[in-house]
Amino acid sequence: MTANRRSTLARTRPRDAESSALVLDVRTLPTYGYGHRSLMWWSTMGLMLIEGTVFAIAVMMYFYLRTMAPSWPMATSAPELRWGTLNTIVLVASLVPNQLAKRAAEREDLGRARFWLVICLIASVAFLVIRGFEFATLNVSWYANAYGSVVWLLLSLHTTHLITDTIDTAVLAVLLCTGPLEGKRFVDVSENALYWYFVVLSWLPIYAVIYWAARY
Amino acid sequence: MTNATTTADKGAALLDGPDASPHVREALAATWRDPPGLIGMLCAINHKTIARRFMTTTFVFFILGGLLALAMRTQLARPDARLIDPGLYNELFTMHGTTMMFLFAVPVMQAVAGFLVPLMIGSRSVAFPRMNAYAYWVFLFGGILLFGSLAVNAAPAAGWFSYVPLAGPDYSTGKGTDIWAQMITFTELSGLLEAIVLTTTIFKLRAPGMSLNRMPLFVWATLVTQFMVIFAMPSVMLCSTALILDRLVGTHFYNPAKGGDVLLWQHLFWFFGHPEVYLIFIPPLGFISSIIPTFARRPVFGYPAMVLSLIATAFLAFGLWVHHMFATNIPELGKSFFTAASLMIAIPSAIQIFCWIGTLWTGRLNLKTPLYFVLAFFFILVLGGLTGLMLASVPLDLQVHDTYFVVAHLHYVLIGGAVFPLFGAFYYWFPKFTGRMLDETLGRWNFWLFFIGFNVAFFPMHLLGLQGMPRRVWTYPHGMGWDGMNLAATIGAWTIAASVLLFIVNVVTSYRRGAHAPADPWGGGTLEWSVASVPPPHNFDAIPVVHGRDPLWESTAQPQFVAGLAADAREVLATSVLDARPDHRPLFPAPSIWPFLSALATTVLFIGSIYTPWAVVWASAPVALAMIAWFWPKRRENARAVARERRP
Amino acid sequence: MLATASYVFAICVLVKTQIGEGIAAPFQSALDPAGIQAKRILDLWHLTLTVCCVVFAAILIACLIALLRAPRAGRETPADISSTLNAEPRLRRSVIAATVVSVVLLFGLVFADVLTDRALSRLPVADAVHIELTGHQWWWEARYAADEGAPAFTVANELHVPVGRPVVVSLVAADVIHTFWAPNLHGKKDMIPGRSATIEFRADRAGSYRGQCAEFCGVQHALMAFVVVADPAADYEAWAARQREASPTPVGALEARGQQLFMTGSCARCHTISGTPATGRLGPDLTHFASRGTLAAGTLVNDRDALARWITDPGALKPAAMMPPTRLAPSDLHALVAYLETLR
Repeated sequence: MTANRRSTLARTRPRDAESSALVLDVRTLPTYGYGHRSLMWWSTMGLMLIEGTVFAIAVMMYFYLRTMAPSWPMATSAPELRWGTLNTIVLVASLVPNQLAKRAAEREDLGRARFWLVICLIASVAFLVIRGFEFATLNVSWYANAYGSVVWLLLSLHTTHLITDTIDTAVLAVLLCTGPLEGKRFVDVSENALYWYFVVLSWLPIYAVIYWAARY
Repeated sequence: MTNATTTADKGAALLDGPDASPHVREALAATWRDPPGLIGMLCAINHKTIARRFMTTTFVFFILGGLLALAMRTQLARPDARLIDPGLYNELFTMHGTTMMFLFAVPVMQAVAGFLVPLMIGSRSVAFPRMNAYAYWVFLFGGILLFGSLAVNAAPAAGWFSYVPLAGPDYSTGKGTDIWAQMITFTELSGLLEAIVLTTTIFKLRAPGMSLNRMPLFVWATLVTQFMVIFAMPSVMLCSTALILDRLVGTHFYNPAKGGDVLLWQHLFWFFGHPEVYLIFIPPLGFISSIIPTFARRPVFGYPAMVLSLIATAFLAFGLWVHHMFATNIPELGKSFFTAASLMIAIPSAIQIFCWIGTLWTGRLNLKTPLYFVLAFFFILVLGGLTGLMLASVPLDLQVHDTYFVVAHLHYVLIGGAVFPLFGAFYYWFPKFTGRMLDETLGRWNFWLFFIGFNVAFFPMHLLGLQGMPRRVWTYPHGMGWDGMNLAATIGAWTIAASVLLFIVNVVTSYRRGAHAPADPWGGGTLEWSVASVPPPHNFDAIPVVHGRDPLWESTAQPQFVAGLAADAREVLATSVLDARPDHRPLFPAPSIWPFLSALATTVLFIGSIYTPWAVVWASAPVALAMIAWFWPKRRENARAVARERRP
Repeated sequence: MLATASYVFAICVLVKTQIGEGIAAPFQSALDPAGIQAKRILDLWHLTLTVCCVVFAAILIACLIALLRAPRAGRETPADISSTLNAEPRLRRSVIAATVVSVVLLFGLVFADVLTDRALSRLPVADAVHIELTGHQWWWEARYAADEGAPAFTVANELHVPVGRPVVVSLVAADVIHTFWAPNLHGKKDMIPGRSATIEFRADRAGSYRGQCAEFCGVQHALMAFVVVADPAADYEAWAARQREASPTPVGALEARGQQLFMTGSCARCHTISGTPATGRLGPDLTHFASRGTLAAGTLVNDRDALARWITDPGALKPAAMMPPTRLAPSDLHALVAYLETLR
């Protein structure tokens, strides 16, 4: 907040000296806003609804195919727990630098925002590498049977989000370093954090389905 | 505090307002106008430009789809005809259904909304104008892909619904089905992005004072539809992707021999497919709620009931999909649930119809062409809805499912429920789109030919279905008792063609030589009629402040207008979601070539992945690069933004 | 105006005469039930149609009255916004009343639907004829189960059922989804690969009832028909007994040569004739081929000429049919046809 508390509200004022007509003057409104005030927030929410629906339907496909199968997993053992569980830990842990980056951005602290974004990126590299190991230890190929197909589908869908989230975060991190910057960029960093939350939180049910539903 | 003072300040921005000089108006127009020339055409992001393109493109697909239907009907005019061989016929009906459903009916509604919604809510733009442009290009390229496949004789031939195993790798060889499935990816991507654009626009860019309960019913219909898009389209994207995967990389989602299930396709497809027909039906409900008040000289009766009916219809639409699968071996108890839901969805639609009839009953009627098309809805859609009740019953459906009875039903509801109101909407808003009036006399001829031709074409089909004629047949034997009705249907089809030709003639001649339209040729009540026909690039010289549901009809309260937005920068007024209180004034981006280039890169990615899965890897890079370039701020624009920046 | 009226009149006459013709020959029609299941469905149809017609008329009349009684206006007529200030109780009551009536009617329809559904699923199936029907692209294979000691047998494209006895058909798909539909007897049921389904019906009137595949199944979906012949009980038993017999040995020299051509040519690779070395399973069973009224899944009448043309070039009569053309010298063709005609 600046020292002299200037208004950021619209105000109603007389249209001109003569008439009693009024006009709504908006020249002192801010030029950006955080959270649900920003248009980006709404598009991020829309994206989360869409992708959430995709994940939900993919999970339903998994269980649908399972109810039709005499045994599950089909002709193979369940995916190994090691890499998936490790990745879950890394992903959940990455929420910390993510939240810190968000907070720094909303306080418009460029240095801290940069720093935490870079930490997030390091986490990205880690979980992408571990994701590779996850694919390798699923114990089934996508062309073996419907079980393999749907497990690979679920994991691939989520991996697509990991990749796009990584690219988004990288672009923002670079931009924060090189500029050009304006207030709206801090909003972008804040919204990116939201998407990161979505990618991590949506992983939890998918992890449960791929690794644990196959064991019961 | 006059404008004279502000413009005299050095370095101060040029601001808009109701008392601004003509200089300000010119500055606004210059700011919001699209750049000229061929490159300018590719960079254009003004929502009206994009929407006009979008509407024209969807209309071209409508014509193409109609020509396909004419070919089919001509083949079916006589029994045992050999005009068209079965392979080609199957491609024709696949292309007809696919074109009408994916390339015309849903996109045209988004296109019309893209033009009208900002004008109706008092905004200068849609949210995310560049994404709006990108969505159009992706849609265009997807449509070209599909018709390209027809041109090179690789068209899909498994029906617009593409059931497996017929559409699977074993029974549909060649690339037709893959092209079909990837076209879905294009159009669904476009639709979903449009949904985000329209939803954000409606929530955040309404004029001050236009609280949610003061929004025009057309804006409500658009909002409800976009939410349905968000929840329905993922299903078809997943199922078509799974189909491509089965065909291209050997997955087994739909292969019963390896644990897959044939009905999985039907569930996923119809979970999208049923809401889809409501994506097509609900925006026209908004058209009707716009046209009836203007031509009955009173607001629609029962605004809250109308809004709740729209929302209820949208919810219920997601609970009906199994009624497309009544002939399968799904348990009977489950089917009964869907019968009940399919009957119940009639209730909110019935409420809307009663409210409209009540509005007409207590209004004073101005019988012009838009109203004619809307009145046809009460005949055709209601008839179609009633046959829908018949189809909702499992026993009845078991006789008429997959017969010409369903063909009759679907055309009655889609053409009566969507196309007739759409034509009404075109006659109504043509002045706003082009600045000219469509000819009334030609409009009447257009209407009557369409109405009569439609009923002649499709009413006999009810009987054809009951008398045993199945769907999707390239010919039928002589002596079944179907000859006369088929011939009548073909005559009706040609009559419809004549009426559409009349419409095109009306559009072309009126565009060039029609009467110039005033801002408000019909005496409407909503904000789009307060600006010139064609609106200036910036829509409103001064953003209005809204105090009621029909701002142009209700006596004006103060304040009437907003002042203080920049005239020399693309400044937009964002307001709060519920009450539309002014919130902030974001700076919108300038026209850019990146949406077009990104769409090209996306096209290469999508088409490449029809042929090899590795395309997903190497073709993603150009897409990512184009989108990064799109996002990356330009130094000059950034400097301008920083100069006028004001922190929250 | 006059042109429009004459156009509409001409269409009505056209449709009416053809409808008349259609009803005179109720060949494949849901409107002429020959069995109890189709009859139940038609009864529900009549009820639903009546309700819908009444509702439709009511809405149209309301619209017409609204149109006729409302005063006319123009663009300049000031809009009446009194409804934004005052409630409209009469209008509200009317809309609510209409809605309540609609809800009641809808519930009534749900009730009728559920009742009919239950009745359809409760057809007594004691002493039923059991048939396993397999849908192929683009023909029908029917395997009749063993019945009180009498062995099973296989036919194609033409089913016989006894009048008055229930028939239970289990539905199998060999390749893609097909649908069994004989509208005079019952509604349709899908044959879905990887899933099993059954349909139960009973013919209550003797006659021939045509049916057709009702799920788009590929290029020749349109020409995948079948016939269900409902025979009085004795006739049915005679038919079934004959079908169980192996094919008769050909008597004359011409027919014998025809049989030899069949066995040594490509025919035996796809078709079965029981009692001979031909055991192909790709095409229909031809053991009693000549006893059927139609050929190529209801596409052609089964006579010598059609048969000769069919053998020579199936694709000319049923484009993309799986059966390849067989070019034979005219005398050979004559012999083959003669042989096939003996397979009664």
